[in-house]
Amino acid sequence: MNVTEELRLKSKLPRGDRHRRVTSAAMTAFTAACTLFAVGVLLVILAYIAWQGIGSVSLRFLLDSPRPVGEGGGIGNAILGSIVLLLLSSSAGMPLGISVGVYLSEFGRGRFASLLRFVVDTLTGIPSIVTGVFVYTIVVLPLKHFSALAGGIALALIMIPIVARTTEEMIKLVPQSLREGALALGAPQWRVTLGVVIPAAASGIATGAMLAVARVSGETAPLLFTAFGSRFFSHYLDQPIASLTVQIYSYAISPYDEWHAQAWAATLVLMTLILGINIAVRFFTRKKF
Amino acid sequence: MMSATTPKIPSQFTLPQDQSKASFVSTPAAPAKITVSDLDFYYGRSQALFQITLSIPERIVMALIGPSGCGKSTFLRTLNRMNDVIPATRVEGQVTIDGNDIYDPGTDVVDLRRRVGMVFQKSNPFPKSIFDNVAYGLRINRVTKSKTELADRVEQALKDAALWSEAKDRLHQSALGLSGGQQQRLCIARALAIRPEVILMDEPASALDPIATSKIEELIVDLKQQYTIVIVTHNMQQAARVSDTTAFFLLGKLIEVNPTEKIFTAPDQKVTEDYITGRFG
Amino acid sequence: MDYHRHLDDELNELRDRVLLLGGEAERALERAMHALAARDDSIAREVLSHDDEIDRLEVEIDRQCIDLIALRQPAARDLRFVISAVKMAPLLERIADHACNIARATIDLNTEPEIKLSASLQRMADHASSMLRAALDAFTARDAMAAREIIKRDKEINDLYNQLFHDLIAMMVSEPSTATRDARLLFVAKHMERIGDYVTDICELTVYMAEAAIIKHIH
Repeated sequence: MNVTEELRLKSKLPRGDRHRRVTSAAMTAFTAACTLFAVGVLLVILAYIAWQGIGSVSLRFLLDSPRPVGEGGGIGNAILGSIVLLLLSSSAGMPLGISVGVYLSEFGRGRFASLLRFVVDTLTGIPSIVTGVFVYTIVVLPLKHFSALAGGIALALIMIPIVARTTEEMIKLVPQSLREGALALGAPQWRVTLGVVIPAAASGIATGAMLAVARVSGETAPLLFTAFGSRFFSHYLDQPIASLTVQIYSYAISPYDEWHAQAWAATLVLMTLILGINIAVRFFTRKKF
Repeated sequence: MMSATTPKIPSQFTLPQDQSKASFVSTPAAPAKITVSDLDFYYGRSQALFQITLSIPERIVMALIGPSGCGKSTFLRTLNRMNDVIPATRVEGQVTIDGNDIYDPGTDVVDLRRRVGMVFQKSNPFPKSIFDNVAYGLRINRVTKSKTELADRVEQALKDAALWSEAKDRLHQSALGLSGGQQQRLCIARALAIRPEVILMDEPASALDPIATSKIEELIVDLKQQYTIVIVTHNMQQAARVSDTTAFFLLGKLIEVNPTEKIFTAPDQKVTEDYITGRFG
Repeated sequence: MDYHRHLDDELNELRDRVLLLGGEAERALERAMHALAARDDSIAREVLSHDDEIDRLEVEIDRQCIDLIALRQPAARDLRFVISAVKMAPLLERIADHACNIARATIDLNTEPEIKLSASLQRMADHASSMLRAALDAFTARDAMAAREIIKRDKEINDLYNQLFHDLIAMMVSEPSTATRDARLLFVAKHMERIGDYVTDICELTVYMAEAAIIKHIH
């Protein structure tokens, strides 16, 4: 028995073992601290928004349209506008994005596909204000006025690459054996994709789509150039339309305390709205099997 | 000797003398279901199969054995053109099923795969209910005319795959809730539902425990009554247990095809013997 | 790789045991014949007492073959070898039993006046032991050709036996007083004839092992 051997027997933990345990404990503590910090900051923001906003939230605030300073007023038109804009952009952006993603993962081979993939990646990186200006040029200028339609197009353009890439990734996760199983039963490729692959990836695709919705529902800059904003209830797609983000933006930069408070409240509403959509989509696309 | 000493057998049980003799001396060759001649297969530039020539009689189990990478799975997948799915593959030579060249440009691949079912190494039930899994092939091929007919076919397929008793009370629950062995039998039921003529099995029991494996093996032997089965296996004992004929592949070449008992007691080729006895390489 | 090495080790061990048993059987036969020729009771008793050892060896071979089949699942040439071994062991054991019977006959004959051993009986004995030795060599070398040649030699033993049979019957008739001894010698000859048959069986197993050909009952 040599010296180190003896020492190891004397101390209850072998030297290497103790070192390893200390390192492990330190690293665990460090990662836990980082997580706590990140989640803590988020919670502080959420709590602050709630604390600042809750006071101005009332049924009237949720249903009324804006009024001059001192007369109260609400954000009903902005909530409706945001919902209209999200519906517009989703109804265009999701099918297109999902189709592109399905194409890229299931059929995308060769030069065209890699070019498309490159374009999609580039689109993801374009600042949203550029998208806003682009839509302003090709939609707002020819039509001679701001419109809900232009806002929807701008948001859809932001959604497409996000939805496309997440869809592609999610579909790639579907095991090849599932496709082969369906093909081996005499299913044509398109039925395999529609009937087996997409359902198998559905919850992942939905998560990706939700990410896109959450992302665009926070967009303000592209809407300034397209939907512009409105102080009235509007249901015309060729007219300017209000949105929560633009409303928050214009109230926040105003000099009035009352509007500041309303901006906080609108922020709280926006947050709740996104959360609500998230939960709803998760509920409807939850894994049945 | 026979005529003099054997006790009298009622005449309806005896064959005419010459006929029984003929069948004893040389069993008439069973009709070939699948005929493969001079088959070469390429993945891109690398050749995976070399001049495979083989005929598979109807209603037998043929086992394909050989070390990993010897081309046995590739060969299996040429029989239902499953390799078409993999880009940059190329086939030369001929594969005929019932005399029709399956690589003929006029061949309908979808129809071919209906006739040549496949069971994979890893069980791959669709994320649907048990019923919908089995019904999948029937629905896409529009086999059944009514709901009751569909249900009947599903039930029959599950019975044929020896899964009915375990699955009948949970037909509309997720297939993914089944055990590994049950999932594999479900995949067999799914293949059986569209009543193929040939069933290809790519190591169907390699991921299963011995009990689930023996169930699959019993099933294979039962299915031989109705189907022609080609099975790839790494388990030599399994090949010995289930197959009538065994084909040994090595480095993309077909080395030897013989009755299974011959392969396992006295193979013709020395390399086959080396592989069978575990002295390979 | 380990797997094959261990399987080979076990198969070699089995082969060595079979050869050891073969050697013991061969020795028993020679010693018994020597005891007969030399009218030596003690050698005969030695042969008899050694039989337990031979029986034990046979059981060991049996057990080893069963283990090999159960645990190693030998196939092809390995399977043929194990099957040959399991069938060969009882043959060798029976050859040794015949040697024991010869030894017992010797002890009985020694209580009676000496009788001139016929030259053909001695030739039969030489023939049987040389066949046995050759058969074991052919088995070791997996030499089917040699085994087939040995099978042909069994006819000579049979011819010698038939000749001896007639001679001894003639002697019994001409000189009834020695009939008991003649009968004992006839049994000894019969034992030797049986040994020749067993050697033939051993050679058939060698042919099966080497060529997977079953040549039983066809020559």
